[in-house]
Parts: sequence; structure tokens; C-alpha cells
Amino acid sequence: MSLIVTKNLTLSQGGRSVLHNVDFSIDRGEIVTVVGPNGSGKSTLVKGLIGALTPVKGSVTRARGLTIGYVPQSLQLDGLLPLTVERFLNLPHRQSKAAIAKALSDAGVPQVARSQLRALSGGQFQRVLLARALLLKPDILILDEATQGLDQPGAAAFYIQIADVRNRLNCAVLMVSHDLHVVMAASDRVLCLNGHICCQGTPDVVQDAPEYHALFGTGTQGTFALYRHGHDHDHDHDDHHTHA
Amino acid sequence: MTMITTTITPMLDDFMTRAALAGIGTALAAAPLGCFVVWRRMAYFGDATAHAALLGVALSLALRGPIMLGVLSTAIVMALLVQGLSGRGLAQDTLLGVLAHSALAIGLVAVSFLSGVRIDLMGYLFGDILAVSKTDLALIWGGAAVVIVLMLWRWQGMLASTLNPDLAQASGISAKTEQLVLTLALALTVAVAIKAVGALLIGALLVIPPAAARPLTGSPESMAIATAAIGSAAALGGLGASFQFDTPTGPTIVCCAAAMFVVNTIISRGLKLR
Repeated sequence: MSLIVTKNLTLSQGGRSVLHNVDFSIDRGEIVTVVGPNGSGKSTLVKGLIGALTPVKGSVTRARGLTIGYVPQSLQLDGLLPLTVERFLNLPHRQSKAAIAKALSDAGVPQVARSQLRALSGGQFQRVLLARALLLKPDILILDEATQGLDQPGAAAFYIQIADVRNRLNCAVLMVSHDLHVVMAASDRVLCLNGHICCQGTPDVVQDAPEYHALFGTGTQGTFALYRHGHDHDHDHDDHHTHA
Repeated sequence: MTMITTTITPMLDDFMTRAALAGIGTALAAAPLGCFVVWRRMAYFGDATAHAALLGVALSLALRGPIMLGVLSTAIVMALLVQGLSGRGLAQDTLLGVLAHSALAIGLVAVSFLSGVRIDLMGYLFGDILAVSKTDLALIWGGAAVVIVLMLWRWQGMLASTLNPDLAQASGISAKTEQLVLTLALALTVAVAIKAVGALLIGALLVIPPAAARPLTGSPESMAIATAAIGSAAALGGLGASFQFDTPTGPTIVCCAAAMFVVNTIISRGLKLR
């Protein structure tokens, strides 16, 4: 049985409809990557899956008692709320000191428990977020651009860690990412998004799909084309809607 | 029970004792709320809710109902109105400005219609802590107890959803529910605080003590406790100073809190520079 299933899911944010008719499911042990240009609805999909957005149409079904480990894009910290790493990992559910120490050392930041969240570097902070997600022993780990603020070696190490976590916990992993090449190599399945599902399948299949090329261009320019993408994608699709 | 009655009742006959207890009760209720007001950047939200209190006073007097009930219900309506209207086009600070000042103006106009009733307008605007009765005291401490229990009960969830609503949601905590509980607690705090500092200065009592406590603390819990201590000290200090210098009590309490904010900020800057 799948962990999360969406049927005909349509989501809007700020009164604007962002994502249309998404049929999606993810199973235990799978690593699925979501790619797509800016504004294609990647983060919106994640918000729908974790229940932060209510569907306008269609449905999201989570397995009973599903534990989600969520690593957000970033946390806005303004220094008004004093919070140590240890206290943060106790939110919203209290954890034992030993479990926290282990999660931090598993995530590669064993020494930061007593630091203020604000004092952490970008890389340390991302690892603390990962530690928090792992602490919950999740059935599914959802990462929204989790490698923002990491340099390339840092990002590569982060992905190796994710694969390792999947093997250890046998959880599902859903990643939203800009690091196209790295991420696609590590995925079982890729979901190409642009307001709807353009194409999906194993990395090989998606890499050869015309819809993928329409979005990202070909060859090594892939990541560059991501930022150049305008309103030029015109492939035919049953559920293709014009984007307002 | 009889022993408590015989020892406490004569104490409560002294108006200064009643005023001190009212001030401390108000400070204790305002402390956890004030922290969240600061953490969630809701200072104007607190103001809007507090300013609506005057309209509640006018309604209670017109309907001859208990003041606290009127204040509580208008504060709740105002808080829910702000929450419902936010994120629908107008910038948050503009919306809150419109609502806060309109509520105050409508309240003042409504009070002027009450020709038959003699009303101490200054008392409701700036507080009248020296005139706190035993009944008022019971209401203040009862309200404060409800607020504190509510905050303790929801503390973890509120903290998580304050930090990041999506993160809380992924752990099964509804950010909307937490916001609603916080809103209700805020309305109750306004109702508790109106006697001590009045509709215009409740916002100050919510924001200044936590702002003064922030530089001294390293965790949300220690900040809430320090806020309660600073608020209580400001209440007692303000009471003493107003007695000494014959100044209005509510504003003097707020001045004390502001002085502590300045001192704490300077001390913490000095410690950082060393």
C-alpha cells in the first residue's frame, strides 16, 4: 500500500491556482525526485502532501499513522525567539537526550546541541533540520530544496546521507531539487512538474522524454536552461491548462 | 478555609494590596502571551484587540452587563475579524491600523451616547488599578489562571507552529488551531488587563516586558519566566512610584517596564562588546 496517494489533486496558493490534476503516489523505500522550473508548483505540491494546503479539488490520502519527516526550504529566524538546537529538536514532541545526541551525530553535527539556532552556519542548519526529521523515525522523508546553502561537495555528501538513511530506515524519500544531474542519478523515479505532471518515470525515461527537454533543454546546459525557461513550453498534454 | 479567610480578607481590605495583586495577576497572564506577540510579530494585533475593549465597555454599560464579559466578547470578535481579513489584499499593518483606530474611535463615540451613565473614561483608557475591588481581583486572577493553563497546555504546539507552520503541520499540528487558541487567550488577557492598565496601554504591557526579557534569555521558557518577573516588578515598582510621586498608576507601570527595557538592552550590549 502506498504511503501517500493523490487523486486529481488541484492546489492554489494566494488565490492563484498553481497545480492541476496531479495523480501521484509514493511507496515505502522509493526515492522520488520532483524537478521543474521556478514557479512550477514543486513547493506547493509538498505543502499539499504534508497537509499544509487544503486541496481545491481532488484528494490527498495519507496512510494511517504516517510519520512525515519534513525538511523545509529554509526557516526564517529573526532572533526574537531564543532557541537552542536541543530545544528545537524537542518540538513539537519531546525526545530523550540520548536520541537527540544520536540524531545529531548521524546527521554529521554532533557538537551543536547547545548552540543557538541562529548561530549555526547554513550547512550546519540544514543538517540540524535533517536530524530533526530523522529523530521522528519517519515513514517518509520529504525534502524541499534541502541543499540550499550547501556548496557542491556538501550537497553531494548530503545526498549520500539521504540514500544511507533510506537504506537504514526503509523509508520513502521525496525530494524537490534544482541539482538536476546529481539528484536524478540517485532517484528511482523522477517527476517533472510545470503546473501539472509533464512526465514521470525512471531517470533514463525522463531524461529522454520530449517534455523534459522542452522544460530543461538538452545536455549539459540543463541546469542553465532551468533559469531561462519562459512560456515556451507547448507540448500537448491531456491535462494541460494555460497558466494564468 | 476559615484560617485563609481570616488572614487574607483583612489584607485585601487595603487598596494598595489589592492593586499590587491585580498588577501581578495581570503581568502573569500577559507574560506568555506577550512572548508570542513578540515572536510572531503580532504587536499591532494586540493593539487592535485591546482598542476594541473600549467598545466592549460601552456595550456592557448600555446593556447593564458585567464589564469584563463585554470586553472579552468584543476582543474576541475583533481578534477573529483581524484573523479572517488578513491575507486578503490589504497589507497586514494597514489592515491592523484601520481596525485598531476605528475600534478605538467607535468605542469613544459609543461611550458618548451613554448620557445617563456616569463613566470614568480615563479609567477605561489608562486603567484604574487603585480602584480594584475584591470581585475584580477574583476575575483578574481567574482569567489569568485560565490563560496560563491554556498556554501551558498548547505550549509545544504553539512554539512549533510559530517557528514554522509547515514544519508543525508535517508533525500533525494544525497551525490554524494553534492560532485560534492564541487569539482567544489574547482576548482573555485584554479583558484581564483593562482594569490595571486600560485599553490604550495593554499593548505596552504585552510587548515591553518580553522585549526587556529577550536579551537576558536563551530559551523560550526562560524568556517567558523572565517576562513574568519583569512585568510583576514593573507593576509593583509603578504602583510604588505613582504613590510616591502622585502620578497616574497605569502609565507609571508602563514607564517602569520601559526603563527596565532600556537598562537590559544597555547591559546586554555592554556584555557583548566586552
